[in-house]
Amino acid sequence: MNWTWFHKWGSPKWFYEMSGRWLPWLSVAAVLLMAVGLAWGLAFAPPDYQQGNSFRIIYIHVPAAFLAQSVYVMLAIAGLVGLVWKMKLADVALQQAAPIGAWMTVIALLTGAIWGKPTWGTYWVWDARLTSMLILLFLYFGVIALGQAITNRDSAAKACAVLALVGVVNIPIIKYSVDWWNTLHQPATFSVVAKPAMPFEMWMPLLLMVLGFYCFFGAVLLLRMRLEVLKREARASWVKAEVRMQVEKGL
Amino acid sequence: MSNVFSLLLARETRLLFRRPAELANPLVFFAIVIALFPLAVGPQTQLLQSLSPGLVWVAALLAVLLSLDGLFRSDFEDGSLEQWVLSPHPLPLLVLAKVLAHWLFSGLALVLLAPLLALMLGLPGRCLPVLLFSLLLGTPVLSLLGAVGAALTVGLKRGGLLLALLILPLYIPVLILGSGALQASLQGLPTLGHLLWLASLTALAVTLTPFAIAAGLKISVGE
Amino acid sequence: MLFERLDLRLEAGQMLQVSGPNGSGKTSLLRLLAGLMQPTAGEIRWQGRTLSEQRAEVSRNLLWLGHAAGIKGLLTAEENLAWLCALHQPAERAAIWQALEAVGLRGFEDVPCHTLSAGQQRRVGLARLYLPAPPLWILDEPFTALDKAAVAQLEAHLAEHCRQGGLVVLTTHHSLALKPDGYRELDLGQRSL
Repeated sequence: MNWTWFHKWGSPKWFYEMSGRWLPWLSVAAVLLMAVGLAWGLAFAPPDYQQGNSFRIIYIHVPAAFLAQSVYVMLAIAGLVGLVWKMKLADVALQQAAPIGAWMTVIALLTGAIWGKPTWGTYWVWDARLTSMLILLFLYFGVIALGQAITNRDSAAKACAVLALVGVVNIPIIKYSVDWWNTLHQPATFSVVAKPAMPFEMWMPLLLMVLGFYCFFGAVLLLRMRLEVLKREARASWVKAEVRMQVEKGL
Repeated sequence: MSNVFSLLLARETRLLFRRPAELANPLVFFAIVIALFPLAVGPQTQLLQSLSPGLVWVAALLAVLLSLDGLFRSDFEDGSLEQWVLSPHPLPLLVLAKVLAHWLFSGLALVLLAPLLALMLGLPGRCLPVLLFSLLLGTPVLSLLGAVGAALTVGLKRGGLLLALLILPLYIPVLILGSGALQASLQGLPTLGHLLWLASLTALAVTLTPFAIAAGLKISVGE
Repeated sequence: MLFERLDLRLEAGQMLQVSGPNGSGKTSLLRLLAGLMQPTAGEIRWQGRTLSEQRAEVSRNLLWLGHAAGIKGLLTAEENLAWLCALHQPAERAAIWQALEAVGLRGFEDVPCHTLSAGQQRRVGLARLYLPAPPLWILDEPFTALDKAAVAQLEAHLAEHCRQGGLVVLTTHHSLALKPDGYRELDLGQRSL
């Protein structure tokens, strides 16, 4: 089985070895950042003068929302790389990142709704941010569904790449039109994030959490990609050796 | 090159007119969806009038989407797409002609039918020019974006529902701007801004989507 | 993975018959050669340069006839041919009628193709070979649904094309009765997959 997967970027084996080396670092960074950020944010940061303690959900909500948006951009970049340079690793990255992005969007939506209850008195309002997030979730569903529907692996990757690129061009347009729609229809809702600058004790844990979420995403993505590489390369001798080693270790 | 464009346009026109029933289907669908709403929400004139901008636009959007499912299917099955992909002419140009033909006979017909249905929902006559203009500018975007999804799903056995899943989120800006224009006109507010935004979306879609459609078709044909 | 260590080179005037059992990858090989599919590994070159470098140049020289020949049932034989030719070089009406006569479809020029039999529809597609056509012909199962006389006629026509410096690549299950000088066979069934 000869895979000329990558014209430029090493081989699956090389990726597997390199990612194996990065993985512990990323995981440790994710755990540390998130632990410190969470403890600081939940226990030590001062309560908000308007919302009291309920604002603390931003330490989950904001990082998840950040990640949800940047993962979609990452999908499009991976798609472009896959289409232009025919790099199969980019295809793997695209398809493995999409479900993570979708989950982050779900987390952002759920925490947003939970936060909405004390803030607006109801779980769901058609607020511009929540609506945009909901649409983003649909866009993720589209990419995932298309990837699942096409049986040919290479075609599926290419089709997802085209869809992600079309989507990423559309996202700013969707975002602006939704914001605009929102100002037309609900001018007087309480704006959550557009507030005077947060004090240091509030935004520092948030920054840590955002970084922690990114590291977490990186680690999960690498894990998923490594698994997919093993599946795709199942017939290669290095994969057989690796799996044998892991099994023996497990016993 | 422009010769091929007009030849393809003529060929598509001929094909569409030899199956006139298929041309009528989206229009009938459009009318039925509109008729469902008074039955669902009640016949109060005031309520229907205030809902009419949204109803007309949602129904038009669904009708365009429905008509697009089969856009490339027969060309895919009978091998025409292979011939297009392998022809020396640029594929984006060919697909642009194909979508244009489709829009001329289904999108445009939809635009012409819309005022009648809007009047039935109680939209005042003074809003009709805005309705016509917004649909005229918006439906080409719907056709072009939908064609991207149709190209990506043409090789799939049951592409219809998937097509809707892929494309409906992308339709949202057009929906907001189109129904927004109509809403503004209903309230006696200026609508030029909405219409200009719609026009720029049209320009953007005409410029960019043919390349995405062509890429989608190449992927589907190359499977 | 379909093929390994497949290396072949064709010159003008040659004919390559790709044979092998079902599923051996005949159609895939033809689609790769035509540029409809991209090879995962390896290269296909036309006049020294890879296909992807010169798409337009290759398509100008290539006539592809797949399993489905791109014939629309709702259009007449003449309309179908006029469009298929226009994709490469537009043909005169008289030439199209001549080509249809050559494949034995005289009197069917203005009949919608869905009323024709499978063999007759195949002939509409094959009529392109009797019109001014590019030199490289890639034909996937061109003999399907044809009667004996038509098969013999097509074989003669393909041989004639090769003699005039054309190049033919085709798949078929039957062995050709008439083989031109540059005939070669590639049996995918005898190769380990």
